[in-house]
Amino acid sequence: MPSFPGVDYMNIDSLFTEEELMVRQTVRDFVDEEIIPIIEHANREEKFPEHLVPKMAEMGLFGATISDYGLPGLNSVAYGLIMQELERGDSGIRSFASVQSGLVMFPIYAFGSKEQKDHWIPKLAAGSAIGCFGLTEPDFGSNPGGMRTTARKDGDSWVLNGAKAWITNGSVADVAVVWAKVDGTIRGFLVEKGTPGYTTAYHMGKFSLRASVTSQLFFEDCRIPAENVLPETNGIKYPLSCLTQARYGIAWGALGAAMGVFHTATEYSKSRIQFGGQPIAAHQLVQNKLAWMITEITKGQLLALQMGRLKDKGELKPHHVSMGKMNNVNIALECARSARDILGANGVSDEYPVIRHMLNLESVKTYEGTHDIHNLIIGEAVTGIAAYNPPMSAQAEKEATARREKEAAKK
Amino acid sequence: MIARRLAPPVHGISNAVSAARANPLEVPVNSVVCVTHVPDTESRIKVSGRGIDEAGLKFIVSPYDEYALEAAIRLKEAKGGDVTVVTFGPDRAAHALRECLARGATKAIHVKGDVATADSLGVAKVLAAAIKGIPHDIVLFGKQGVGGDNALVGPMVAELLGYPQINVVTHLEVGEGTLKAHRELEGSEEVIEAPMPAVITAQKGLNEPRYSSLKGIMAAKKVAVDTKSVADLGLSEADIFNQRVVYVSLELPAEKSGGRKIDGADPAAAAREILKYIREEAKAL
Repeated sequence: MPSFPGVDYMNIDSLFTEEELMVRQTVRDFVDEEIIPIIEHANREEKFPEHLVPKMAEMGLFGATISDYGLPGLNSVAYGLIMQELERGDSGIRSFASVQSGLVMFPIYAFGSKEQKDHWIPKLAAGSAIGCFGLTEPDFGSNPGGMRTTARKDGDSWVLNGAKAWITNGSVADVAVVWAKVDGTIRGFLVEKGTPGYTTAYHMGKFSLRASVTSQLFFEDCRIPAENVLPETNGIKYPLSCLTQARYGIAWGALGAAMGVFHTATEYSKSRIQFGGQPIAAHQLVQNKLAWMITEITKGQLLALQMGRLKDKGELKPHHVSMGKMNNVNIALECARSARDILGANGVSDEYPVIRHMLNLESVKTYEGTHDIHNLIIGEAVTGIAAYNPPMSAQAEKEATARREKEAAKK
Repeated sequence: MIARRLAPPVHGISNAVSAARANPLEVPVNSVVCVTHVPDTESRIKVSGRGIDEAGLKFIVSPYDEYALEAAIRLKEAKGGDVTVVTFGPDRAAHALRECLARGATKAIHVKGDVATADSLGVAKVLAAAIKGIPHDIVLFGKQGVGGDNALVGPMVAELLGYPQINVVTHLEVGEGTLKAHRELEGSEEVIEAPMPAVITAQKGLNEPRYSSLKGIMAAKKVAVDTKSVADLGLSEADIFNQRVVYVSLELPAEKSGGRKIDGADPAAAAREILKYIREEAKAL
């Protein structure tokens, strides 16, 4: 299997530092040698390739931007390039790494006590512990503030009740970062695997991210020690700040998937012969698709890179990240659909890495802030008017919530 | 299995050991690894005059050198000591040294020069002179540089330094003052013992080279590469760059012509036709 030569139409490599390029190369080699050969099988069998975790940990892929605890302390661009290369392998593998780093290690590192950090950061970095992030609920996706999971203080414990849905790594996680309301205020809690009252169930029948574990989490009078609250967390902005980290990585990751399908489609079109011995790459309609793909990938690279440079200067805002996530995932999905088209019938076979990327990206378009919600965040940034929660519907939601609570009380 | 024992080096070099010991029960071993920076083996090579056109080519650490480096890093991890990587090459060769530092080498020396205009003996003289200035117990090379593929530099350095050499090594054990290496031969395996310092050239299978860790990449940034010229090593440029071996021409192999398809509908007829081709056209029988 030849190694991936990279996609760089406009010498964007000249904008990276030597270290950033070295980080990309080492992850690129890892993906070519360890992920590409096994991923179609893992995807077909709906199996997370757990054997990759120690190898990824040894390379330092988890918590790579942290500089304490002997971790590499990479900048945001190098982190983005890791995500890009991993997602060229598979969105599910990138999701695993994103969750471990951006949604578990980040909140523990940023909002945790010293004891929590000392206990969990080294284990999560070494891959000897896996983490998950429980925010989304069955009835609350785009509106996490409406969550029903609660935590109540009872002596030396917190008692959690509620359910979370669509949680990456859920059933394999040793520790869950769970968000729950304490008297109406959202706080973060660390719940360890095996705690009585905490159970998980796989989401079955996914046609997307099949090489990644996705689960529901259930809390029924789940009692955890008082010190398991993330002490700094006090409101919805804390989980949202975690999502900003993860979404930043997704904006880079999606480019990797787009580069992967572009590369496959280009090579295929040059070798597929139809009509009088010409490769289909000689057809104008095929070239048009490839030209669209490389143009959008190149624009997406510049967007991601500028986000990274802003992030390292501390100037990156959530609405910037919304543009990166919204745009780059969208173009990646469109690239995958075009690549599928160029490959003809071969495009639906898992002998080629196109249909898998395409189906994966359907999830990536929805999770971590849907495409539409990110458009509304951008809309709010440019108009000053928030359109995702208009006053009437807020009122309607309030009434609906009151109705539900009344019904629940009856039961 | 054939066992041999090599004679001690003609002239040894004091092994000043300064690095921290990884294991207090082990005697630290200082290694020198000589690496070369070559076009990626997947590159499409373009000929330019008597050399290759480097424009747009991706350069990598020569693959066999990776086994040599990995062996040295494992020695460092087990016993302590330094791993010094040395290269002779143009400015771009510094990337090869950075890559080795990111994997775990501790020091790097870059002798700058247009290596393409020196022959194997010239390269060996430069490396031998650089090695003399570095405390070492073992000197490692890849069994050949992918590019020139002469497999000469390692053995020549051993001769210039008066060290025993074991080439094309697939297994290495380093003891106190001696080492034992295995080499695969047709139908057998040789086990050779040699006193140190010694030169080893590494074959595929010696180990599984690691990926650069992200921490290693960041740490490599902080190591200063020691840059020298040929003159700094006390060598005359006229001697190094005066090629005894001169490239007369360099050409790409002829384009492969398309194969010939034989209709297999009648297997017996197809077999007759293949046989006829082998006898009469290819003249292989």
